Amino acid sequence: MSTTARNPGPQIVHKRGRDSVSNWRLIDRLALYACWAVGIGLCTVAAALIGYMCFRGIQYMDLSLLVTNPAVGASQADSGGFLSPIIGTFLLTLIGTVIALPFAVGAAIWIVEYGRPSWLARAVESAIEVVAGTPSIVLAIFGLLLFSGSIFEPLSFAADNGAVVGKSFLTAGAMMSLIAVPLIFTSTREALMQIPAQVREASYALGKTKWATIRRVLIPSVRPGIFTGTALGMGRIAGDTAIVVVLLGATLTLEPQGDIPLIKTLRGSGSTLTSYVYNNSPAGEGNAPQKAYAAAFVLLILILILNFGIDKLARRSKKESV
Amino acid sequence: MSFAPVPPPIRRIDPDAPATIARPGSNGVAGAAAAIQEAVAERPGTKGERMRINDLSIAYGTKLAVREVTLPVREHEVLALIGPSGCGKTTLLRSLNRLTELTATAVSTGEILLDGQSTHELEATDLRRRVSMVFQQPNPFPMSIFDNVAFAIREQASRKPGKAVLEPLVRDALERAGLWDEVGDNLDHPALRLSGGQQQRLCIARALAAKPEVLLLDEPCSALDPKSTEIIEDLIVKLKEQVAIVIVTHNLQQAQRVSDYVAFMYLGDLVEYGPVDQVFNAPLAERTKNYVAGTFG
Repeated sequence: MSTTARNPGPQIVHKRGRDSVSNWRLIDRLALYACWAVGIGLCTVAAALIGYMCFRGIQYMDLSLLVTNPAVGASQADSGGFLSPIIGTFLLTLIGTVIALPFAVGAAIWIVEYGRPSWLARAVESAIEVVAGTPSIVLAIFGLLLFSGSIFEPLSFAADNGAVVGKSFLTAGAMMSLIAVPLIFTSTREALMQIPAQVREASYALGKTKWATIRRVLIPSVRPGIFTGTALGMGRIAGDTAIVVVLLGATLTLEPQGDIPLIKTLRGSGSTLTSYVYNNSPAGEGNAPQKAYAAAFVLLILILILNFGIDKLARRSKKESV
Repeated sequence: MSFAPVPPPIRRIDPDAPATIARPGSNGVAGAAAAIQEAVAERPGTKGERMRINDLSIAYGTKLAVREVTLPVREHEVLALIGPSGCGKTTLLRSLNRLTELTATAVSTGEILLDGQSTHELEATDLRRRVSMVFQQPNPFPMSIFDNVAFAIREQASRKPGKAVLEPLVRDALERAGLWDEVGDNLDHPALRLSGGQQQRLCIARALAAKPEVLLLDEPCSALDPKSTEIIEDLIVKLKEQVAIVIVTHNLQQAQRVSDYVAFMYLGDLVEYGPVDQVFNAPLAERTKNYVAGTFG
């Protein structure tokens, strides 16, 4: 290095001037290698996880499992499939998302577009942070306490002694929505804050009210952000176990309550893929690990498809506007 | 998100500005004051006065941006507001359709009349449909060309009226803005894919769609290339047959090319007002003479 410094031919200067790793200081090189190691390590973990689940899943998977309900059986051969947990996962995700979306998007719009008084705006933001930081088992226990109140009987059902059980798709979905709210709120708020003030001004200058501006300009612009948050929220709902175990009851099949179609399912208890995996794994009742592997595989695939699909949707809606 | 970053505006600072504001009366206004008062005064019997600004002062907090300005805005005329940065011309323009109200600290005294009626008696939304504005940065909405223009015509948050009703109105607005030949076949294309000059003409079309009486242009060409600037300047001259136009510009040649009347502002004061030839060739105030000659600015 010192020889070339004393001898600066134009080509050599050019070569030395290039930023090549071999010229870096030792500490920089060590840090770079450490970053590489961490990155590759994470990839290995993810690949191992998916690889192992695919291996086990395909090994025990049988398409008939997808269309048969769980059954009580002494052996794994006659314990049925997991149709109703799949329905339960879809139903609960749908309920949670439908409840969360208006609250989260509304809160984000209020914070960014109005945000007065500012102490209330700060309080709302901290409240959402608190909800985001609460473990789902705590949400579950709180939900059980809340929805066991007798005024909430329409959301679930009463036991024989008249006490409200508080466990149903509706009550579990309501608490699940709290998991999705912070995610949808944050991504919507970030997207709104990225819209330049001049776009809002352009709308006001055309004689539009604040609401018309929000409805016709801002919400369409932040749709990709809302999609992203919703996808994350749906993934979290579909993957949560604590709320299902506590608030959806311990029944593996759908147990409708009452006689009104659809409502009876929503008021009843059931299971999801997560609770099915838990119940069938050695950690739960523990006598059908093969079913647990197959169900976990299906859950993983469903969540990957969900993330992929909504990502596509967000990209397309972004493309349409630009 | 899909928006281009907005470059900060160029600020030109006049080094002796603070001293001038500390001594009222020495602002170059004194000698010409009487003549200008006469020029801006309401001429009884003259038709075609669309808007009138009377003794308007606007302050942001404690900072006075516009001081006791009186100005007429007439039909079939382009009024250019010129002056160095920070002289209050944009604030004055924005006050014409009450956009200044969006700034929480802005307070104003005096009155602005639209067809003889105080703008404060009108709903802000009605006023802004009648007095429409185009901004310095082209700011189309991230939606299709059609929806951008139709946005102004559609009722507040609803989507009605339907496409069949909107189509001729959208076409008319795009034709008036001289954009129809270029985009008529691609109305469903996203507006943000247009070039900068086309985007700005789209913004003009959008502003024209609701058939306003007055069109406000806030340095509409300062973000555009010379070719687009020329197209828009031609457009402005054509449009004055249909609407009264007020344009804020930094570009003195542009003011000379497009305007009929010119108001020169300096540090919040109206220094000079008159027909374009008079202001550029025989200004009354010393300050105006220096400004149009390029001595400062």
